[in-house]
Amino acid sequence: MPLSQTLAGFSLRGVRVSRSGRGVIDGLDLDLGGAGIVGLIGPNGAGKTTLLKTLMGFLAPDTGSVHFESKPVAGWDRAALACRVGYLAQGAPCFWPMTVENVVGLGRTPHHRRFGPDGAKDRAAVGAALAATGVEHLRGRSALDLSGGERVRVMLARVLAGAPDVLLADEPVAGLDPHYQLQVMEVLRASADAGRTVVVVLHDLTLAARFCDRVVLLDYGRVAADGAPIDVLSPESLHEVFGVTALVGRHREALYVLPWSLSQPTARAAE
Amino acid sequence: MESIATPESAALKRPASQTLLFAGLGLGIAVLFVISLGLGTVHIPAARIFPALVASDNSPFAIIVQEIRLPRAILGALVGASLGLSGAALQGLLRNPLAEPAIIGTSSSAALGAVVALYYGFAALTPLALPLFAICGAVAATMVLFALAGRDPGVLTIILAGVALSSLTGALISVAINLSPDPHASLEIVFWLLGSLSDRSMSHVWLVLPFMLVGWALLLRCGPALDALTLGEETAASLGFSLKRLRLAVVIGTALAVGAGVAVSGAIGFIGLVVPHLLRPLVGHRPGLLLPASAMGGAALLLAADIGVRLMPTHAEFKLGVLTALLGAPFFLVLILNTRRRPL
Repeated sequence: MPLSQTLAGFSLRGVRVSRSGRGVIDGLDLDLGGAGIVGLIGPNGAGKTTLLKTLMGFLAPDTGSVHFESKPVAGWDRAALACRVGYLAQGAPCFWPMTVENVVGLGRTPHHRRFGPDGAKDRAAVGAALAATGVEHLRGRSALDLSGGERVRVMLARVLAGAPDVLLADEPVAGLDPHYQLQVMEVLRASADAGRTVVVVLHDLTLAARFCDRVVLLDYGRVAADGAPIDVLSPESLHEVFGVTALVGRHREALYVLPWSLSQPTARAAE
Repeated sequence: MESIATPESAALKRPASQTLLFAGLGLGIAVLFVISLGLGTVHIPAARIFPALVASDNSPFAIIVQEIRLPRAILGALVGASLGLSGAALQGLLRNPLAEPAIIGTSSSAALGAVVALYYGFAALTPLALPLFAICGAVAATMVLFALAGRDPGVLTIILAGVALSSLTGALISVAINLSPDPHASLEIVFWLLGSLSDRSMSHVWLVLPFMLVGWALLLRCGPALDALTLGEETAASLGFSLKRLRLAVVIGTALAVGAGVAVSGAIGFIGLVVPHLLRPLVGHRPGLLLPASAMGGAALLLAADIGVRLMPTHAEFKLGVLTALLGAPFFLVLILNTRRRPL
């Protein structure tokens, strides 16, 4: 699929967001768009989740502007925005034992509300999403009886079924074993290669280095570094932001980053 | 067109089993409705029920069926549907199988509103006062519950908030009964509170039907949003639903449907708990589809319960609300035990 000129994107200018009176995002300027994976990394409390929620319009900025395709997010019709932007919430909760297929089918909801149900198209989208995340065999299973890795992939299939242009995923690999972590990242990679903008919150720096086209390092609600993984994930900036000494190396041209020891034990230990 | 032929792949279509479920519920309602028309102190043979229903002469059978039993059966179906639908909507909204209009205090608050209308004589001024006061009581109670339970209500919070609300409204109703200058009036309130559908007329039906229809419409429209809410509030919002609007629709819809129901039938509990719970597995645990199913199931169950009270060999009529509580409360306890074993 050729990368078109009209790729969807978010742009934030001077955004400040506070939660329970505390400024979590503080004067953020950021553009997110174009095909590829953007990794959002940063210490706990740096504002990564808050940033995603602000992009989705769940949180309104105190000051500044959040635009999606040159229109303020708050001004978008919710269903129209939902057709364009998919969101994978942290922990991917599910409350009733619905079948996997029905859960994935929920990803089609915004399209129903705009165009009316289209059974054949919905079934095709759901089938493709189940295949893309490798969970076809789970179709008929209860979404509550899944392992962590299965559940994340099912929820990812739910987002993909909605065929969004932009995919926001909040720590999708948290708590998964290495096999599932790589599997989820491969799905996101394939999604980005198909022309989507994928914004993913990650804590695993090597996954960020391996899979992301661009890494945004957040610290105290500001962009500490933004660019190619090789530039952002430097020992200097990791020391600066995380307070760790990291080993950065290459294995067959691919970058890996290993946090090795605390560089400022006293400062971080207080947290 | 057909997707891969696993049995579950039919989920996005409407599978035959669901058509069967709705057809079965419809048939059940029809059969119970006819039985309800035939049942009472005067036995009317099945073959003569329909002629009596459409007869324009003033034969005894026609009068009994048209003026006594028809309103009773219609109200049974209407109130049952309101309770079943409200229960399903509340359970979907709170993502909690223990929510129910009676348990969370909506019914008793509606009863308090109705008692106020009766006690202060508003009900004598205009017949509309009774349902309006009951609905206001129900709205107020549901608002208080949501304020108490907060954004992510757990089982315990809801039950406790409901217990507190029910106790408070119960106490206020007792105050009204205690202070009533007319012992006959207080006895009337007590009996009315027990819940019954006997001696109602078509005017009761016309009085509450508009409120119920608006309430049902509000609740049934919540289906897609409740489906999305299965995946949590953020995911539902990301799918384009406004949670604020959803909460408001469920609160107002429940208050209209249940408030109007309580105004004509008194407090009838547990229908809204039992029906969604029994039907949920049959609709694939989908909260949206559970709404119409529970409305139909509630109508059927309350019609059945109202037939049950007429078959009781007691000398005074067994009260409908008492029967549903006697059957529903143990069910509730079992449900709590199951929920504790495997939290939903």
